[in-house]
Amino acid sequence: MSHAAIDSTGASHGSLRSYLTGFVLAVVLTVIPFGLVMYSDMPREYIVYGVFAAAVLQILVHLHYFLHLDRSSDQSWNVAAIALTAIAIVVVVGGSLWVMIELHYYMQPHAMVTGLLGLC
Amino acid sequence: MTTDVLDSHLAANDSHGHDHGEAVSNTVFGFWIYIMTDCVLFATVFVGYVVLSHNYAGGPTGKELFDLPYAFGETLFLLFSSVTYGFAMLAMHTNNRKQVLIWLAVTFLLGLGFISMELHEFAGMITEGNGPDRSAFLSGFFTLVGTHGAHVSVGLLWMAVMMGQVMTKGLSTRVQSRLMRLSMFWHFLDVIWIGVFTVVYLMGVMA
Repeated sequence: MSHAAIDSTGASHGSLRSYLTGFVLAVVLTVIPFGLVMYSDMPREYIVYGVFAAAVLQILVHLHYFLHLDRSSDQSWNVAAIALTAIAIVVVVGGSLWVMIELHYYMQPHAMVTGLLGLC
Repeated sequence: MTTDVLDSHLAANDSHGHDHGEAVSNTVFGFWIYIMTDCVLFATVFVGYVVLSHNYAGGPTGKELFDLPYAFGETLFLLFSSVTYGFAMLAMHTNNRKQVLIWLAVTFLLGLGFISMELHEFAGMITEGNGPDRSAFLSGFFTLVGTHGAHVSVGLLWMAVMMGQVMTKGLSTRVQSRLMRLSMFWHFLDVIWIGVFTVVYLMGVMA
């Protein structure tokens, strides 16, 4: 019946508990990167890794707790769509950065090349 | 839950309940596909910004321009609005029209708070001569953050329309389907903002 059909929407129901859990996790994963950049004196590299790790985790938290995306069979088309999109994004972002970093490298032979971390 | 509410409406309003439920499901899935294409749009704007993010043309850098506590405030506005929209959806599932309206109004105000802060930031930068024409870095900045802000503004407009529809039409199947799609749109914009504050503000201040 339409139960499964409507459940497969990606915006299907959550519960008060799941929204609040997601909210608390999202706040923690926002405070950590801001705190790292504003107050931490760790080496720059670690801070960059920490900030990006927090961002990826927070995106997953939002997808799970707010958009209710999971691996259940109802959701397979939603998940297929987002997986395909992720591939397109990796190609666009990865390809562009690759090209531009190489360009930067060859156009400025005497400049110090800082690579991916420097570009961000 | 969602389906029970929709089904009870279908039983009451529509003898072809099954078809109608499937139609709702298809529109929502179609909207998910639209959101995926919007993801690709944002990916290109993001990478455009990142590639240009060090081309200051003698102008100010992110470190000089960005105020992290301010960006943190904007982030909280959007995050709170995501949760309050979730509460509106929970109220919708229990068919509580008044609570849906209250939570939509709260979400609207939080979203308005976000967009007001963003416009204030833009206005400050432009009056100091640091508009999108100052450097490639700033062109990229205004394109990326402005595209997100434009989406949020459209979301607010949509939300205002939905409050009107909930008031006049009640929580009919169509209105519920629209509320579900706006929910996806609104949460999606919050996900994009995670990328914005990470790549633009946090990395900008560190560069």
